[in-house]
Amino acid sequence: MTQQKWTTVVKSSNSAFNMDLKGLKNCKDLIFLFVRRTFVAKYKQTVLGPAWAVIQPFFTTVVYSVFFGNIAGLGASDVPNFIFYLSGTIVWTLFANCLTETSHTFTGNASILGKVYFPRLVMPISTAISQFIGFFIQFTFMLGFMAYYLITDAGLRPNILILMFPLVLIQLAILGMGFGMIISALTTKYRDLAMVVGFGVSLWSYASPVAYDMFSRSQLAPGSAFYNVYMLNPVTPAINLFRYGFLGTGEIDWLFYGIGWISTAVVAVIGALMFSKSEKTFMDTV
Amino acid sequence: MEELAIRVEHVSKEYRLGAIGGATLKGEIQSKIAKLFHKEDPNLMIGETAHGKNERFLALNDLSFDIGKGETVGIIGRNGAGKSTILKLICRVTSPTKGNIYLNGRITSMLEVGTGFHPELTGRENVYLNGAILGMSKAEIEKKFDEIVEFSEVGQFIDTPVKRYSSGMKVKLAFAVASHLDSEIMIMDEVLAVGDVAFQNKCIDRMKKVAEEEGRTILYVSHNMQTVKNLCNRCIVLSHGQVAYAGDTEEAIAVYMQDENLDNTTFFDTSGAKRHPKCNQRHLLQNLHMYESEKNSVAYGETFPFRITWKSENDTERVLMKMIINGIDASPVGVMFGGELKQKEGLNSAEFRFDTSYLVPAKYTVDVILYDQDKSGNIMFYDRATALRFTVEHGDKSLKLKHWFKDWGNAVLPCIEKIDGDDKNV
Repeated sequence: MTQQKWTTVVKSSNSAFNMDLKGLKNCKDLIFLFVRRTFVAKYKQTVLGPAWAVIQPFFTTVVYSVFFGNIAGLGASDVPNFIFYLSGTIVWTLFANCLTETSHTFTGNASILGKVYFPRLVMPISTAISQFIGFFIQFTFMLGFMAYYLITDAGLRPNILILMFPLVLIQLAILGMGFGMIISALTTKYRDLAMVVGFGVSLWSYASPVAYDMFSRSQLAPGSAFYNVYMLNPVTPAINLFRYGFLGTGEIDWLFYGIGWISTAVVAVIGALMFSKSEKTFMDTV
Repeated sequence: MEELAIRVEHVSKEYRLGAIGGATLKGEIQSKIAKLFHKEDPNLMIGETAHGKNERFLALNDLSFDIGKGETVGIIGRNGAGKSTILKLICRVTSPTKGNIYLNGRITSMLEVGTGFHPELTGRENVYLNGAILGMSKAEIEKKFDEIVEFSEVGQFIDTPVKRYSSGMKVKLAFAVASHLDSEIMIMDEVLAVGDVAFQNKCIDRMKKVAEEEGRTILYVSHNMQTVKNLCNRCIVLSHGQVAYAGDTEEAIAVYMQDENLDNTTFFDTSGAKRHPKCNQRHLLQNLHMYESEKNSVAYGETFPFRITWKSENDTERVLMKMIINGIDASPVGVMFGGELKQKEGLNSAEFRFDTSYLVPAKYTVDVILYDQDKSGNIMFYDRATALRFTVEHGDKSLKLKHWFKDWGNAVLPCIEKIDGDDKNV
């Protein structure tokens, strides 16, 4: 009698630490195809296609520049309002999209997830990656404007920290994905959170230096009363670093940048654990 | 011991009845607070008790079975017996409440064809995506792409978005992808329901081939007994989340089809049975009795007498009798004519002799029909009732049928008559 061997055991135990990381490694093709699916499906049957990725942040930036920048005077003093707001907007959009899109993972894909098994982490990972496609279109758009402002010598001072921008993007994507996974794990049972996500994210954007320059505000600038609290928002030091590298505006507080990475890691781990805990039985409740 | 592909070990799956938890976070917190202060739960429906709200339902109850490598196993059972639940557990879509499931090899699940088909993508893009969802790498799909497209019969539409496909085309493409995967275990839940008959047969042939030649294991769930019979070499009958029967397909279908165990009954009362609205019920069958038999099984080739009793409203009408013989999966085998009955008003009875040499050894049900037919062929139905269930068993005379195979059909037709006595050498 040969010893019976098993390749997979489906256990009833429902531990969060029971993640299928081994299976995840074999899913590179699947992640790629999901990313492709999201991108292709998004712009199919639109006339402008991927140009839509630029139109949204462009108009947001215009509105920010006019209302917050020119009328309210909240923009940065040393760089043009337009490029200041554009850089903030596209970075924020990357984070916000990662968060909201990931938060729909279970509820939005119930029909696939309910029929076939693949490592569930594929879904949030591919969702987060697909946000980068839109981002890089916007990023190219931004580089174009940067070139224009550099030629016209509008006060931009790009520096060596520009090389850290991939790190900023990765951090924001992981952070957004982490929060998204927490929310999607909770929304399998409580739909309430799905309602909160939309306006929660837009409120959050006002707690981050997207629509205004924190360094020219006396309430928020380094040394002020709120500074230490304000900087605990992990998005803030990340946006600051991005702007500093490309535009040379603002300051960098490495302590809070490090804290930002720590909280990002904590959120990501909690998110992954909650996600893999609920993935086993979410089909019964969703 | 043969190598196993799947082992299901004491698996239970529990669902909570009614709404799961509070539907909203607020509701859940309200209920928890109310419980804390020993108040009545504000979210309970009228008539519910706090206890009743958590009523549990066991979709699977301590279920265990083994499936060997290379077997094609049908899982049959009524709605709610737990068929889909066990498939979901095996596919790892959800986890069991208790017990473990052991799998040997990759699994392809076809719980619903076209899983993951995105309507905006073209057929080609969806083949890649669907293949990847089912666990194939891009290189593997590329290698089999032409084969898949050919099998699916949608070749000329492969670059059209799937949203413009007919439902049949979607099924064909999806089945083609799933059946060309290199997985060791294939799981299918009534996937063939949408395709046309020709394609269904093609699918069954394909699955048979896959099972026999490539040694893959197939789990198939269906209510279509014909395809189950055709495909599966073993069946598991589920009932209330437990195995009611496991073994031979024919036998399993018999277990599934039979509401109650009527073996060893020789008296069949039909007086209370529901009648078809077409029957005018002027002459009504009351019962059928195999009055010389001790049980309702007969050796092949033997005859048995039976008596029918019927109630007539008048003695002016002519009453003819015929019987329709059905196989155990309700597929008709043939008709037998019984001739004219003589009756007076009130209860009447008549005796007949049933020759079993026309039926291969198996289980049968018989519908008795009372009717009349005029000279131009118009039929008037008095009554039709399922009046008899019996088993034809192998006996001394069934040697010819010893290796009977299910695709021979259930009727033994008269021998072919040979003209002239001697064979000529030409």
